[in-house]
Amino acid sequence: MTDVEKKADLVTLTVDGVEVTAEKGELVIRVAERMGIAIPRFCDHPLLAPAGACRQCLVEVEGQRKPVASCTQTVAEGMVVKTQQSSPVAAKAQAGVMELLLINHPLDCPTCDKGGECPLQNQAMSTGRADSRFVEHKREYEKPIHISSQVLLDRERCVLCQRCTRFSEEIAGDKFIDLMDRSSGEQINVYRDDFFGGDLTGDGQVGEGEGDVPFNSYFSGNTIQICPVGALTGEQYRFRARPFDLVSTPTSCEHCAAGCSMRADHRRGKVLRRLAGDDPAVNEEWNCDKGRWGFRYATATDRITTPLVRDAVTGQLREASWSEALLTAAEGLKAARERGVGVLPGGRLTVEDAYAYAKFARVVLGTNDVDFRARPVRATGTPLSATEEADFLAASVAGIAEVTYEAVENAPSVLIAGLEPEEECPILFLRMRKAHVRKKLKVTALSPYLSRGLEKLGAAVVTAVPGDEARLLNTDPAVAAALSAPGSLLIVGERLATVPGGLSAAAALAERTGARLAWVPRRAGDRGALDAGCLPNLLPGGRPVTDAAARAELSLAWRTESGVLSGTPGRDVDQIVAAAADGTLGALLVGGVDPADLADPLLAEQALDTVPFVVSLELRQSAVTRRADVVLPIAPAVEKAGTYMDWEGRLRSFGAVLPGTAMTDGRVLEAIAALLEVTLNTGDVQAVRRELGALPAASARPVPPVSEPATTARPGEREAVLATWHQLIDLGTLLDGDEILAGTARPPVARIGKALAESLGVADGDLVTVSTGRGGVTLPAAIADLPPAVVWLPTNSPGSTVRRSLGVTAGAVVRLEAGVPGPILAEGAAR
Amino acid sequence: MTQPRPEVLQKLTPVLTKRWLSPDAWQIGVYERLDGYAAVRKALEVHPDDLIQLIKDSGLRGRGGAGFPTGLKWGFIPQGDGKPHYLVINADEGEPGTCKDLPLMTYDPHSLVEGAIIASYAIRASRAFIYIRGEAVHAARRLRNAVQEAYAKGYLGKNILKSGFDLDLVVHSGAGAYICGEETALLDSLEGFRGQPRLRPPFPAVAGLYASPTVVNNVGTIASVPYIVLGGADWWKSMGTEKSAGPMIYSLSGRIANPGQYECGLGITLRELIELAGGMKPGHNLKFWTPGGSSTPILTAEHIDTPMDFEGVAAAGSILGTTAMQIFSDQDCPVYNTWRWLEFYHHESCGKCTPCREGNYWMVRTYRRILSGQGTYADLDTLQDTADNIFGRSFCGLGDGAATPVVSTLKWFRDDYLGYIEGRTAPRLSEKSLVGAH
Repeated sequence: MTDVEKKADLVTLTVDGVEVTAEKGELVIRVAERMGIAIPRFCDHPLLAPAGACRQCLVEVEGQRKPVASCTQTVAEGMVVKTQQSSPVAAKAQAGVMELLLINHPLDCPTCDKGGECPLQNQAMSTGRADSRFVEHKREYEKPIHISSQVLLDRERCVLCQRCTRFSEEIAGDKFIDLMDRSSGEQINVYRDDFFGGDLTGDGQVGEGEGDVPFNSYFSGNTIQICPVGALTGEQYRFRARPFDLVSTPTSCEHCAAGCSMRADHRRGKVLRRLAGDDPAVNEEWNCDKGRWGFRYATATDRITTPLVRDAVTGQLREASWSEALLTAAEGLKAARERGVGVLPGGRLTVEDAYAYAKFARVVLGTNDVDFRARPVRATGTPLSATEEADFLAASVAGIAEVTYEAVENAPSVLIAGLEPEEECPILFLRMRKAHVRKKLKVTALSPYLSRGLEKLGAAVVTAVPGDEARLLNTDPAVAAALSAPGSLLIVGERLATVPGGLSAAAALAERTGARLAWVPRRAGDRGALDAGCLPNLLPGGRPVTDAAARAELSLAWRTESGVLSGTPGRDVDQIVAAAADGTLGALLVGGVDPADLADPLLAEQALDTVPFVVSLELRQSAVTRRADVVLPIAPAVEKAGTYMDWEGRLRSFGAVLPGTAMTDGRVLEAIAALLEVTLNTGDVQAVRRELGALPAASARPVPPVSEPATTARPGEREAVLATWHQLIDLGTLLDGDEILAGTARPPVARIGKALAESLGVADGDLVTVSTGRGGVTLPAAIADLPPAVVWLPTNSPGSTVRRSLGVTAGAVVRLEAGVPGPILAEGAAR
Repeated sequence: MTQPRPEVLQKLTPVLTKRWLSPDAWQIGVYERLDGYAAVRKALEVHPDDLIQLIKDSGLRGRGGAGFPTGLKWGFIPQGDGKPHYLVINADEGEPGTCKDLPLMTYDPHSLVEGAIIASYAIRASRAFIYIRGEAVHAARRLRNAVQEAYAKGYLGKNILKSGFDLDLVVHSGAGAYICGEETALLDSLEGFRGQPRLRPPFPAVAGLYASPTVVNNVGTIASVPYIVLGGADWWKSMGTEKSAGPMIYSLSGRIANPGQYECGLGITLRELIELAGGMKPGHNLKFWTPGGSSTPILTAEHIDTPMDFEGVAAAGSILGTTAMQIFSDQDCPVYNTWRWLEFYHHESCGKCTPCREGNYWMVRTYRRILSGQGTYADLDTLQDTADNIFGRSFCGLGDGAATPVVSTLKWFRDDYLGYIEGRTAPRLSEKSLVGAH
């Protein structure tokens, strides 16, 4: 926008006698706010469309017969506004509305969760009467209604501002609560099946019973946060604390790669709740329910607080002192160095801790066998020699931060592949939805079907049989057309790694069309670990290990002798697991990795069992700690400072929320290194940041890989190609111990097309068994618009642990049977 | 009952009501014999812009209560904008006392259909809707029949009378919510949403039904159009006053000998109307009355000579509204009546905005208390203040309508209130009589 245009868009008005300029279209309430005039309000929210429902923000505008709602009135040239500060009419109108809002409000502030941080309470103090004239009987409702297992509604407290319903409709797109009835009986409520001819709930009560549709939204917690009264509360926090007893700390979410800013409130050493932080560049003022409520894992009963060492005599893990445990670890790793040590840091680390693993592997263990990716990195059956994803990440992602949320919001068109935004990066989903709704963003998705999330984005689906995405990216005209407009974006998810040639095709497509490319991993630490050098082919800062100049730079920075840093790419996660399983490797150093997340959990566990020495840095008991020789407890995110790097490549630094004695991974690794006479210098977050900051910028960038698409699998009779991805709320270890949150998960189903369902003789809701030689998964069928021979399963949900039960990943051929597995499966298992 | 004098009787100008007493005028054959569908033939031969100009020239003002110039409203519709245009006819007549549209649709439904065709042609709409009140089953049945007949005779559908103009007319029955008579709530309801008023701007002329330019007109307005097309603007203006042109259906109810619809030129007085209606009921003396439905401030016996046009009633401190005149006598209690109206408004409030939703809840309960002999002096101040806090503060006009009878009865009949409070008047309500009172 040029200056001239900008001036044309400005108007001058007067508010309370003070002249002020404002952008055309700006609301009077915002202008006043900028000037420091607080107009009381309830329904107004800067991120929601104006409603004008509560009438609390009435002001006087000269020339207008009646007071106007400042939350709906846009500015005009020469407008004269008088707020309650200078207009008795406005002050009277506001006082009148406040009195009316309070006549039916229970005034139960002493027992209400909102008491102490309540806009109604605060504004009743500023705008209300000291005494009530209301002598009639107040409205009563049964309380509370369970809108979901997590969200509770006390209707008598509600002021019917509709922020929650507007959020659900405008922002999340999950319109499951709405206004019902009218007049003074108007209320927020949930749709009930029995209104629509479904089964009666039996007890006649709203909100409970088998006939209800739950408030099924991944973003439901935001309605609680924006409720200006205590009408919506969270089961997890209800009646637990008073706001004024809590200590609030800004922090960053540790779950996914969205990078949400958050606020954690704690009292007496325990986090009691988390709220979405306000960061317009990233999450605006929203977060997802997983980020809001998934924090109880850190206080789970199986948290490890003392180092454990496997007793030479009993063979059992026993508690040990730090000095003994560190020494055992150091000696074991030292002894294994000759045969080789594989390092699996996992994708949940801060940049600083990931850097510690990357440096530890190179400097202490002298190996490039380090890989943060705790997931399938290639298609089932692809040779281990293929390193397409690592090459792609080195060429097109590491060290690049070009695509941002803002770019997504302002893009004309976005093509997504290997990514289900609502399930895998919910805040990216919200931003895409905002862009779609407000700025007409066109979304095109390579997906086997139009999911609920894609539907809410208005996405055009280019139907992709899993494994066929590479071919489509290379040749499909709709794909190329989607990126034809300047400023278009190509967003790929980590799952595209399981499509042979997929990432190569994506890089080539971006190159061909000029679209900018973004890579969206699933975990908060993934992108940071990539840039910190936790890949077999990359050193910190995106430096290729094969680049002698880059190695020389690092040698200088790390003060290592020349030749310590190997110029040969190391083993990736699958190769490390294979080498450990076949007895090649001498030890494994494992961070926060759950073997169940790896491509083949059985092989991974076999590797942990086979390898002579395992050091585990963990928070809680896990499949790794149970097999480890030394277990070193480390701090959860809440007890440490650090930085996550979100999918944009944006740094999200945070300080410790809770004081604690637990050490970071970097501090533990530093201590092991010290015993091996290496100064790692990763124990202090500030020191690591300084060191990272002092590294010179990487110079060379490798070229993207050129992998050919594979021919897609051809399923036979009663077979299908497997499609699968994670649901947001699933069996992930960071969601352990929270049944209330688990209650909001989407029910696991096996999605199949209509023709396949007919050939199997199953109807919607009938059980279907999906199996391989490894085992089977039985779920209710859900009929969707999938291609003929494709079945979709949630990757890691109750009753559907695809990797463990089937031992394959997306694109593989699986068998299908109607009903519960019988002897057929046993026969298959024997094959 | 007294007979009206000839000079008063002359003031009757049956235009819209002229066919009501003809047997079977609701049937298309009878309607056609009585000049029916003559106007549409004439209209389809002229340019739509000329029709808009004709309506502007006639001075026709909206018959739904606000009296907005109809031609001006039609002119607001942007032409050549590439969007579909819609005509929506507000037949959700539901205000206490108002009863002009339902008899019109019952006895002369084709005049509305004919008006709809002409109006749609003028604003270039190829789809029109009649949103009729859910309870008006009989009128809706007649209207649906009329639409069906009009389709069969080629007045609706494709290429109407070989003019090249297409129109589909849909009769939609609401669910009986008073708020859906508010034009934006009507549009939301018609679109299938909860009937609640929309934020304006955008106004319906720009983004109305399905976000497209829409004219929303009252039944009486649209039904007037064929007569203007046939009779011309000057003939239309020969009735009524300079600023309030044309005939108007005055609906008289209450303590008069012959309640009913009396169509006269705008500007007639209540005195003359009562005379036309055969005088007051024996033994009743006029005490107060509504000029245009329950949401217009009440007037008293001293206003009996107020000219009943938009300007005259405004000068008397009220609103012409829908010219639904409820006549109350000295045997009626303004406090009790206000309570009845308030029960209606409370029941019909949509709940969207605070003042209307909560204010009516409060006032209704205060009235019940006063009428059961439990009122206090402070109640009168609180009532006045609450009504002030609703009037002009609510989202739409429904709140204003609710506050209006409170303010006007407190103004004219404060002593009637004091009667209950001071025990001079016997309580009208007991706890028992409150059961099922609303």
